[in-house]
Amino acid sequence: MSVQDFALAAEVAARRRWGATAALLALVALLCVLSLGIGPVRLSPLAVIEALFGGGSDVAQVIVREIRLPRTILAFAIGGILGLSGAALQGLLRNPLASPSLFGAPQSAAFGAVLVIALGLADVRSYALPVVAIIAAFGSVFALLAIAGRNAGLLILILAGLAISSFAGAATALVMNLSSNPFVVLEIAFWLLGSLEDRSFQHVALALPFIIAGAAILLSQASAFRALTLGEEAAQSLGVDVGRLRLFVITGVALGVGGAVAVTGTIGFIGLVAPHLMRPVIGHDPARLLVPSALTGSALLLAADIAVRIIPSTSDIKVGVLTSIIGVPFFLYLIMRERRALGGGVA
Amino acid sequence: MTLLSATALNASLGSRKVLHDVSLSLPSGHLVALVGPNGAGKTTLLRALAGLIPSGGEIRIGDNPLASLPLRERAKRFAYLPQGHMVHWPLPARDIVALGRYPHGATDPARLSQTDMEAVLRAMQAVDVTEFSDRRVTELSGGERSRVALARVLAVEAPVILADEPTASLDPRHQIDVMQKLRNVADTGVLVIVVTHDLGLAARFADHVLVLSEGRLAAQGAPAEALSEAVLASVFRISAYRAEFQREAVIVPWADV
Repeated sequence: MSVQDFALAAEVAARRRWGATAALLALVALLCVLSLGIGPVRLSPLAVIEALFGGGSDVAQVIVREIRLPRTILAFAIGGILGLSGAALQGLLRNPLASPSLFGAPQSAAFGAVLVIALGLADVRSYALPVVAIIAAFGSVFALLAIAGRNAGLLILILAGLAISSFAGAATALVMNLSSNPFVVLEIAFWLLGSLEDRSFQHVALALPFIIAGAAILLSQASAFRALTLGEEAAQSLGVDVGRLRLFVITGVALGVGGAVAVTGTIGFIGLVAPHLMRPVIGHDPARLLVPSALTGSALLLAADIAVRIIPSTSDIKVGVLTSIIGVPFFLYLIMRERRALGGGVA
Repeated sequence: MTLLSATALNASLGSRKVLHDVSLSLPSGHLVALVGPNGAGKTTLLRALAGLIPSGGEIRIGDNPLASLPLRERAKRFAYLPQGHMVHWPLPARDIVALGRYPHGATDPARLSQTDMEAVLRAMQAVDVTEFSDRRVTELSGGERSRVALARVLAVEAPVILADEPTASLDPRHQIDVMQKLRNVADTGVLVIVVTHDLGLAARFADHVLVLSEGRLAAQGAPAEALSEAVLASVFRISAYRAEFQREAVIVPWADV
């Protein structure tokens, strides 16, 4: 074995990963075009692309660029940040069952948003909404990591996550309970279901800066996740400041999830599912999983948002409901697969 | 010449004081065995020396006080092998060993410089793991995994290696192998400190033995003096059968039952 063999093996693996990432990008682009074409007025992919670049009829242009584009951008960005947050949390905790929704982050962010609305502190298009949602998400993830402590096992993380999401749910229910205004209750219900319908560029402006900041923070920590493969002590001995890393990840996840929830409500389980779909293709390296997981998250949410528009039903299906309906059985499957680790050695 | 020294080292775990005024001075090129009963503070001492936990007193590495070195610089000087050879994701052995180059700025195993790649290869050859370079570490046997972990530590090419029970849970042949490999590394001029419960291995392979008891250094010196009858009786509450086999010292711990 020589240095050349070494370099070659690394290159072959890298080429495979690039191929997979390129295929994912193509899939996401295709889903974006489909997402722009679907609605009460169906447009062919060609018409969509034409309208997007300023061609075609005025009507098509208005439909694509003003009505549907914000929704597609939000599905892409929010799916992406959810997938990325899941991969980052799994990397930090070295645990394949970590994800924002299992830790109660979106539920807490939703509680923050609901509180702002119920108290009449701000209207739904003010920046107060994402800011409070981000603070609530930060609090929930911070509390979870503080309760679980260093080197926490699967069971502790999941139990603590269950407790925190239940608490956020109860707090939201309390706000609904105390609210005398039926419109507020209706608004809250929408938040809990999670939807991308009728979103405008104002919503994009509200969420996108936070999502981009969160993504940048999480991506900047990529190589530290790789070092953590050896455990916190060994990672620290390699020069990783583990305490600072935790803070960065909590902040990144809170910014991304808080910003996302502030405009769409809770959309669960994408963060859990996306990294799992990528592991067989990309491998288990937690640093390399970040970008493919983000793209998979985007693809999942775009696809789910297309599905809710074409599934025939008497009233609109909310996309958050759909992701949970698909995500929870997947979670159960993962529990079954990780049964040994969860059960403490009982096969 | 002294490479690593500690003066009046103190450390606590929570409210319990684990190390009491430990002072030591160790030269390069030595294999040092750190022994002591369970709970004596061996792991804590190792962590304190590497700067992984806060401690009182002064540690110097070469000409530098440890406290003055940023994390990255410490990482280049101390290669630390924790207990248990933990690997959380099923990465190929090559990528695990390449993590040893992390302190040198090589954070991506797919993009190693020529220098880093050579260091990784040298480390893998030193412990014979090149043949399962592409295998996932989780699929390796305990003995193979411990060698990969050792290769990762060697790849740092640090002047000091701190290994916490590298022979634990290995069969006798692999225990001797690992100690022999560490002995070879020490012979190249590296200071190797090994925590072990095996007094026989310590006596056979180490130049210098540190005996820790209730957070204090109870004895230190060449194996024969540090593991004297009096020290074994007071620290471990055992005696020992001593002999010589193939011109090497043999110690078999013994207690009447």
